[in-house]
Amino acid sequence: MAGDEDISGAGARLTREDAAYVARLARIDLTDEELDLYAGQLAAVLEHAAQVAALATAGVEPPAHPLPLRNVLRDDEVRPSLDREEVLGQAPAVEDGRFSVPPILGEVP
Amino acid sequence: MSEDASAIAAAVRSGEASASEVLERHLSAIEQHDGELHAFLTVLADSAREEAREIDRRVAAGEDPGPLAGVPVALKDNLCTRGVPTTCASRILEGWCPPYDATVVRRLRAAGAVVVGKTNLDEFAMGSSTENSAFGPTRNPHDPGRVPGGSSGGSAAAVAAGLVPVALGSDTGGSIRQPAALCGVVGMKPTYGTVSRYGLVAFASSLDQIGPFASSVADAVALFEAIGGHDPCDSTSLERPASMSLGRLGDGVVGLRVGVVAELLDGVDPAVAKRVREAAEVLAAAGASVEECSIPEVAYALPAYYLLAPAEASSNLARYDGVRYGLRVDASSAEAMNGATRAKGFGPEVKRRIMLGTYALSAGYYDAYYGQAQKVRTLIIEAFKRAYENADVLLGATTPTTAFEIGSKVDDPLAMYLSDVCTVPSNLSGDPAITVPFGTDDLGLPVGVQVLAPALQETTMFQAATVVEDAAPPVPTPRIGADATDGGERAAGGERAAGGRGR
Repeated sequence: MAGDEDISGAGARLTREDAAYVARLARIDLTDEELDLYAGQLAAVLEHAAQVAALATAGVEPPAHPLPLRNVLRDDEVRPSLDREEVLGQAPAVEDGRFSVPPILGEVP
Repeated sequence: MSEDASAIAAAVRSGEASASEVLERHLSAIEQHDGELHAFLTVLADSAREEAREIDRRVAAGEDPGPLAGVPVALKDNLCTRGVPTTCASRILEGWCPPYDATVVRRLRAAGAVVVGKTNLDEFAMGSSTENSAFGPTRNPHDPGRVPGGSSGGSAAAVAAGLVPVALGSDTGGSIRQPAALCGVVGMKPTYGTVSRYGLVAFASSLDQIGPFASSVADAVALFEAIGGHDPCDSTSLERPASMSLGRLGDGVVGLRVGVVAELLDGVDPAVAKRVREAAEVLAAAGASVEECSIPEVAYALPAYYLLAPAEASSNLARYDGVRYGLRVDASSAEAMNGATRAKGFGPEVKRRIMLGTYALSAGYYDAYYGQAQKVRTLIIEAFKRAYENADVLLGATTPTTAFEIGSKVDDPLAMYLSDVCTVPSNLSGDPAITVPFGTDDLGLPVGVQVLAPALQETTMFQAATVVEDAAPPVPTPRIGADATDGGERAAGGERAAGGRGR
């Protein structure tokens, strides 16, 4: 269905609210000033990017990778892995040998 | 100084020079010049001295430490080094020490190379000037008021200034070739899958590839040989090894079909385009059959790239969430912690790319932007295949301009993105490409000429690049660096011959 949406001028219509929606999807807290800045800059880049709509792509398959690749499988055998203490040593917060995070669903930990 | 890696390795292996004295010369060059250049984020003097002593001990014991014995090498700081900070020039990874080495780092050491430090880059390799580093820009050794290019600007500047003979970078949309061209050195992006990406911090996984910087094609080949080959730790690593025989490097181009790509000269600065045409004449004079060709789809590579690369980046960079490593900004909920951490940890360009990629992948726009760009990528891959039915290698500019002034494009992202217009096509196609320094523009700034080849045809590409290199007009000695004269003025007669070095 690619190309069905008319994306010419879509970037120009990018508002602060659109930018705020995208920032929330991307989990980045942005200030109003940043939202205005990025809305304008993304609009300019999207206007340029909309050129891709000019090429006819009916029946064209998207590639996953530039060269043909096969799935890589290996035997399910136990092998050495990274040292747990060394890995956890890089974490901002650790508890009982696990990564520790603030409440996810608002529950009391 | 600007010693060849090949000459250093030969001298160290034969016992004529010690790895330790080679290293000390380079460490003092770094000490003397990097304050001005800022090519390095971390200098590993102590561990490098230990590695060099070990090389010397092995030579003394009659062992051969390998083809890169005692060669000092710098690594772009998005390559993981165990126990050594790997920042990606981002505050979000400041202080992070990876628990493992990248495959390329292990292979360099196994070949006898000595790791001297980690180089500056645009944050997470996103940029074309190294101005997006959270730790300050790198300067171009040829003109400290200008950018070295990017994103691997630190590695390019370090090699150009003679602080190291060779370095590694990563190339997602030109991040090796563009800075190499702007700094007057050789830079190469291998065929996708020939060099393991294990331990390269991911930006856009279907485009990223690690490759060498060097002051000669021969040294770039030596480095590529050392780091290439299959690696089970990278599921996109090709089973078939990249084959190159250094002995065939000088075989010449008699009968080779060379296509000069019109789309890789369109909109290019006339001084740069003129150099590309001169390089084409060099190849013709050496016996190649040179023809102009057109690959219209190449004109769509940049808009497709600036949808696909940010889309992949927005997904890859989701991992920086304040949970397992790097920065955390505390907050009362996990989601608030994620948002605050990423707001504080990422710089403006990374935020911009994540926003762009998230938008391109979002409901309602996915097919029109990401889906369409993917299909355009297929058309570009097929277009290159057709072009290679009539040509063995292709020729074009590496960059549309020579080095631009620091600050001149930071407020206009699209203008910055256009710096990559000649390099992104090879990332989309997955094919190899190399840039060779070929004289200067009217301001005396280095110009790069790009040789492109079909997937896995590195040997042919290197042979053509060698012919171009041997006949290249000289590039002036950089104002900053191991060869520079004091006073900051370009030395009269201080030009170094670009051709035939290291063989």
